[in-house]
Parts: sequence; C-alpha cells; structure tokens
Amino acid sequence: MAVTIEIPTAFRRFTEGAPRVDSGAATVAEALTELTTKYPGLSRHVRDEQGQIRQFLNVYLNEEDIRFLNGESSKLKDGDKVLLVPSIAGG
Amino acid sequence: MKEVYFLRCRECGKKYPNQPQSYCEECFSPLEVSYDYEALRQNTSREAVSRRAFNMWRYAEFLPLPQGYAPNQPIGGTPLVKSRNWSQRLGVKNLYFKNDAVNYPTLSFKDRVVATALAAAQRFGFKTIGCSSTGNLANAVAAQGAQQGFDTCVFIPADLEPAKVLNTAVFGGRIIRINGNYDHVNRLCTQIADKFRWGLVNVNLRPYYAEGSKTHGYEIADQLGWELPDNVVVPMAGGSLIGKIAKAFCELAHLGWVEPKRVKFFGAQATGCSPIADGVKRSLARFEPQKPNTIARSLAIGNPADGPFALRLIRESGGWAEDISDPEIIDSIKLLAESEGIFAETAGGVTAGVAAKLVQQGRISPDEITVVCITGNGLKTTDAIAADFPASEAIAPRLEAFEALLQEQLKDTVTA
Repeated sequence: MAVTIEIPTAFRRFTEGAPRVDSGAATVAEALTELTTKYPGLSRHVRDEQGQIRQFLNVYLNEEDIRFLNGESSKLKDGDKVLLVPSIAGG
Repeated sequence: MKEVYFLRCRECGKKYPNQPQSYCEECFSPLEVSYDYEALRQNTSREAVSRRAFNMWRYAEFLPLPQGYAPNQPIGGTPLVKSRNWSQRLGVKNLYFKNDAVNYPTLSFKDRVVATALAAAQRFGFKTIGCSSTGNLANAVAAQGAQQGFDTCVFIPADLEPAKVLNTAVFGGRIIRINGNYDHVNRLCTQIADKFRWGLVNVNLRPYYAEGSKTHGYEIADQLGWELPDNVVVPMAGGSLIGKIAKAFCELAHLGWVEPKRVKFFGAQATGCSPIADGVKRSLARFEPQKPNTIARSLAIGNPADGPFALRLIRESGGWAEDISDPEIIDSIKLLAESEGIFAETAGGVTAGVAAKLVQQGRISPDEITVVCITGNGLKTTDAIAADFPASEAIAPRLEAFEALLQEQLKDTVTA
C-alpha cells in the first residue's frame, strides 16, 4: 500500500527539501508518526506538549479536513494523499 | 530611518523582518504586525490626526505602510449612526451603527484591508495580486487592483451570489471559480501562495492586510469623541476583524488618546456556520470546524483562521457570542432597513439580529454605549430577500386607477 504525504514549503527544511514522502501507513496517525520518526526535527512542529496535533496545523486526507472524518484514526487506502497545511489563512 | 513596524508571532513572540509571510516558522501560528509604540508616540498626536481628512489614512502612522507611501483613495471614514427607532424598540439608549456598508469603493469593510495589503504588495514588488474570497474581498481586490495597475486573480466558491461575482468581474481581472466551499478555496490559495510569486492579500500578505481592519476601530473611538464604547458587536467569518478592533482600542489607550476601558467584545455568526459562537457557548478549548450552510455567505467560513484568538478575546473581555438562523437574518435585514434606513447585506442582518438577542438576554445593558458593526451592503445580497418582495400589480396612469388602488389597499388594511 502506498500513500503520499504532501510536505508544505515551511516543513521542507526538516525533510531535507523533500516535497512529498511516501508512506505505508494505515491511518493518518500512523502516517504522522512515520513522518516524524523519519524526520525527528518535525516532531515538535506537528504535535504540542500534550501530544495533540498543533492547533494551527491543518491535516487533510485528499480533499477533506480530517476533523470531518475520523480525525487521526481516519483510515488510509492505496493512492491517498495526506496534506499538511500550517496556519490556514484567509477570512 | 529604522522601520517602526515588523512581524511578530502571535503565539511564541518570535520577531521577523517585514516580508510576505503569514505564519511563524517555529510554531506555525499566524504572524501579525507589531509596532515600536514609543516611536509612534513621538511621530504623531491625537491633535495632528484630528486635523486630517476623515478617512482611514488619517491613522497612517498606525498602519504598516512603506515610507513615503502616498495613498490617493478616500477609503474608510464611514458614518457612525446613532440608532433612534431600532434602539427604542429594544429599549436601549446608546446604540450606534458603524456603517461600512457605504465604504469606498466597493461598499464593505474589505476596502480597508485591501488598502493596506496593496501598500505591502507594492513594497514587496508583486505584479499579480489575488485572494480567496466569499465575495466582498474579491470586489475590493478587483477594484483597487485595477486602480493601482496590478494584475488581479481572485478565487471564489463556484456558487457565490451573482451580484458579488458581477461586482468583481466588472473591474476586469481574472476570476477563478472553485467547486467547493470557502475553506476549500482557502486551502488551495495557501498552496498557490506556496508555489507562485503572487501577493495573495489574505494569505502571504495577511499580516499587512489584517491591520487595515484596525481603522474601523480607530474611527469608532474618534467618532465617539475619543472615547471607547462599552460593547462592540462584530460579525465573525475568519475571526480577524473583532481582534483588530480590540487591537485598535488597546493602541489608543496605550498612547493615552482614550481613557482605558474594559470593552466587551461580542461575536455574531449565522447558526448555519457558527464554529466560533459554538466554541464560546460550549466553553470549548478549541473550536470545531463546520461545513457552512447559511445565506450569510460572507460569514461562511467553517475553519476560521483567527478562530482561536477570537474565542480567547471574547472570553477575556467578558463578552459573548451568539448566532441566529437564516429566517432571523432576513427579519433583521428588514427591521434594520425599516427602522434605520440602512440596507445591510446578510452579514449585517446577522450582526443586528445577534445584537438584539444579546440585549434580550441581558448581556448588553440599556444604558451602556454599544456599537454594532455593519460590514457590507444589502445591494450585494438581494437574492436573499428578493422572494419577500414580489412586484406589485401595475396600474394605468390615471387618477381614478390610483384612487381605486388606494380604496383596495385601504380595504385590505381594515380587514387585516
């Protein structure tokens, strides 16, 4: 199974410049863990001291905000894209 | 000369030099513009400001403008109207409407934010500007972009009100319609700003853009005779305006231009998209995003960027947040028009309706000074109320036809 994690520019200084990372994870939580294990520098930017996804980090599974799905337990299938967006702007 | 403003992270406080960037590289929280207030104190005074023309540029020193920037559009300077009939119905004495429905040039408070964003766009050398928008912002970007000679490209949800699309299209420039809601559009714009060298006013220029909203607050204090109100009722979409009004009041108090006061901030949303009001009412630590479903399209942001800050401000100020349904929004638009002669867009209906609800709940006291912020014009959202006003039957251009009609209507009134 292959899932792609899309890395925003802001995160690429922690991923040796990689714009996307392939993952074999089965859930969003696993994908994030895989990512931060591979690039430990990212850990504190992804999760806060309580281990929650940071308030200003938005995580999407394909087109949908994971908060409208099953949150971090949302299941991944082949070809899915996980998108990280720091500090959504707008308004 | 050293610059008197810079960027600063709202959460961790890290400072950054001026640049088109909206978030902190350390904690990914939003950046905002901060000032050297001592320099500001020396550079300007209330008396000097009061001698200038009444528009948003009278507060230029409080805005992140490039040195020597010479604005040529009289934006802002909108009326603060004391309510007579509407407040009488509610039994309150000191209620005002700050009416940005008549802002220049595109009839919403977004003219203010675009003004400061484009000053920054010029400074950073952008040729193309744009935004993600629920309508009003796109109007303002298209108009000022055209006037200042930028290429413009705005992104909107595909199903926006026709009047709002037309009010953008007329200025030229590109409109990209997106199949999705505002939050989808917004996410796409974040990715575009990441990849293209464009100045997206509410994405990479957002810190500069948001400062324009402060002028709505300065004007309120200025028009009250350099006094702060007790309560402010503000519509919330992304949740930025309410915080910038608070920032404006804080700055004026800090410089000693007004007596410090604990102003209560009240947020207004439509029930069909009320993530911030819901967070306040349920005392949530973090708001929960929603899928918008309301006629108040300009407030239909389900994942508000400044939601966390708005939530905190409302709580700490001792204010509250409320929401009203779509039928209540329409009733409020009509009531505001019939009682005060102000035709507000759906967001204005939300704000006025919520203000009334807060008075009825006893959260706003009758004697206190309350300002209700009307941020957009009813001419842009006529679809929402058109069904309530079917065309009347036409009559012949003859006096007897008119008299017969009057008789008919009189009969209707008597029977009713």
